[in-house]
Amino acid sequence: MSEKKISALTAMSNKERRTIRRERMQLVVRNKTFLVGCSILGFWLILAVFGNFIAPRGASDQDFEFVSVGPSLKFWFGTDANGQDVLSRVILGTRLIVVMAFSATAIGTVVGTAIGLAAGYFKGTFDMITMRLIEAISAIPVLIIALLAIAALEGRSPTLTVIVIGFVFTPNIGRTVRAAVLGEAELEYVAAARLRTERTPHILFREILPNVLPPIIVEFTVRLGYAIFAIATLSFLGAGVEYGSPNWGTQIAENWGNIYSNIWWPTAFPALAIASLAVSVNLISDSLLEVFEL
Amino acid sequence: MKQFILKRLGLSVVTVFLVAVIVFFLTHILPGNVARQYLGRGATEEDLAEFRRVFGLDRSLLAQLFGWIGDLLHGDLGQSMQYRGPVSDILLPAIGYSSKLACVAFFLIVPISIAGGVIAAMNRGKKIDRAITVGGLSAAVIPEFVWAIVLVLTVGVTFQIFPVSAFPDEDNRSILNQIWYLILPSISLLLVLFGYIARITRAGVIEALESDYMRTAVLKGMTRRKAVSKHVLRNALLPTIAVIASQIPYLIGGLIAVEIVFNYPGFGTILKGAVDARDYSVLQSGVIVSSLVIVVFQLIADILFAVLNPRIRQKVTE
Repeated sequence: MSEKKISALTAMSNKERRTIRRERMQLVVRNKTFLVGCSILGFWLILAVFGNFIAPRGASDQDFEFVSVGPSLKFWFGTDANGQDVLSRVILGTRLIVVMAFSATAIGTVVGTAIGLAAGYFKGTFDMITMRLIEAISAIPVLIIALLAIAALEGRSPTLTVIVIGFVFTPNIGRTVRAAVLGEAELEYVAAARLRTERTPHILFREILPNVLPPIIVEFTVRLGYAIFAIATLSFLGAGVEYGSPNWGTQIAENWGNIYSNIWWPTAFPALAIASLAVSVNLISDSLLEVFEL
Repeated sequence: MKQFILKRLGLSVVTVFLVAVIVFFLTHILPGNVARQYLGRGATEEDLAEFRRVFGLDRSLLAQLFGWIGDLLHGDLGQSMQYRGPVSDILLPAIGYSSKLACVAFFLIVPISIAGGVIAAMNRGKKIDRAITVGGLSAAVIPEFVWAIVLVLTVGVTFQIFPVSAFPDEDNRSILNQIWYLILPSISLLLVLFGYIARITRAGVIEALESDYMRTAVLKGMTRRKAVSKHVLRNALLPTIAVIASQIPYLIGGLIAVEIVFNYPGFGTILKGAVDARDYSVLQSGVIVSSLVIVVFQLIADILFAVLNPRIRQKVTE
C-alpha cells in the first residue's frame, strides 16, 4: 500500500469505510466477468449438492451391451470401457472435488490468516522464524510435497489430502496477510486500541482483521483455483482419493489411454468439467482483483 | 553488492536446510511407519527389523536426520528401497531428461509470454488485451495434464501434426528431432505459465509507458515504438525476471503430470514411480533436488534483479 493510501485510510472514519465497502460490493455484482464465473460455479455447486437426483444412472452401474459407445441420445456423453455412463460419472464426481477444494482452501486460509496476523503484528523474532519457514515450504513444489506426504501417510483418504493441501497453501496466505497487516499495524486506530488497553486478540481479530479482509478474500479465491488444480492432478496421478469413487481426475487417468484409438469421450468430458470449474473460480478471483485494485 | 550476494546465499542455505528438515519429518514423524509401509502388512517382525537395519531406520530420529543431511552434503543421496541401488543412479539420468524438456519449455515460454504481455500493454483496454489477460490466466488454472491430453487428442491423434510421445525412436535422435518431440509437452507447460508472466510484463510495461522518462523520450522526438524498445522494455522486464523465477516451482511440479502423459522418462516419471512403490529414499532425494533447483533459480533471479536495479540492494532482507 502506498503512503498516500495509508494516510487517506487513516483520515477516514469507520462510516466512510463502510460506504466504500458497499460501493465495492455493487461494483463486484455489476462486473460481467464475476457474473459469468458465478453462474458456472453455481452450476457445479448445484450438481455437487443434488447430483444424486440429477444423474441418469448410478456411479457404478455397468451395461456391458454398451461398452465404449460414443455420445448418443441414450448416453449423452457416451460410455467408457467398463460400460459406465460418462455423463453420470461426471455429475457424481462433482461433489468430491468441490467439497475437497473448498475445505482445503478454508483450512489454508484460516491457519494462514492467523499466522499472517501474528507475524505482521508482533514482528521481531517470531516474524523472522515464520518467514524462513514459509520460504522453505514455498521452495517445494506443491504437487511434490503433497505426493510425499500422501505417500508417507498411506494416503488414499480424501481427508488427508485436504489437510495436506491446506497445509501447503498456508504459507501463501500467511505471506499475503502479513504484508497487509504490516501496513495496517502502523495506523492510528491500532494505536488507539492499544491505548484503550484492548487485549491483543481483540486488536488482531476485531480491529485489524476486518480491514485486511479484501486481500484475504481474493487470496481465498485464487487458492481455491489452485486447490482444484492440485486435487485434479493428484487424483490423476493416483494419489489422494479412493479407487473406484467417481472422480474427474481418476476418470481421466483410467480412460485417457483410449484416446489413441479415438475414444475421446470418456476423457474429454471430465477434462472439460475440470477446466470449466477451474476457469469459473479464476473469473471470480480475477474480477475481485480488478474491483479491489490489489 | 558482495555483501548482498553473501546475505542472500546465507538465506538460501537456511532455506534448503529447513526443506531437508521438513521433508525428513514428513516421512518419519507422521503416523506412517516407513518399513511397514514399504514391506506391506504381510511382513514379519524379522523382515521389518532387517529392513530398518539396512536403511538405518533403527537409529534415533536425530541421528537419522543428521546422518542423512551429512550424506547429502557429501553428494550421497542414499540407496533406493525399490531398486536396491544408489538413488543417484536413478535420479540423475532422469533429471537430465527433465532438464532437456524444461529447457525447451523455458525457451518457448519466456519469449512468448513476454511478447504477450507487451502486446496486451500496448493495446490496453482493447479486445486483444482482455483476450491475453483473461484468457491467459484462465488457461493457467487448467491443470497441465488436462492440457497435455487435449493437445495429444487434437494435434496429435486427430490432426497428426505432432508426435504423441516425447521421445523419438532410437534411430533418429538428432538434437533437432529431440526438440521437435518435446514441443508438444512444452506447449502444455506454456499454457499454464503464460498467464502469470504475461500479466506481470503487461503491468511493468504499462507503468513504464506512463512514466516521465517515456514522456521525455516522446517529447524529444522518439517514435513510440523506438521509445518502447529502448526504454520501456528494460524497466518493465525487471518484475518479469522475479515472476519467472517464482514460476520455477510450478514448472517442476508441472513436469510430473506432463511427463506421464507423454511417456517421457524424466524426473516426474521417476517420482511418480517412487510414490507408487513407496520408495522413500528416492522421494526424499527428489524433493531435496527439486527445491535445490528452485532455490538456486531464486538466488540467480534475486542477484540479477539487484544488478539491474541498484535501489533493491539497500533493502536486502525484506
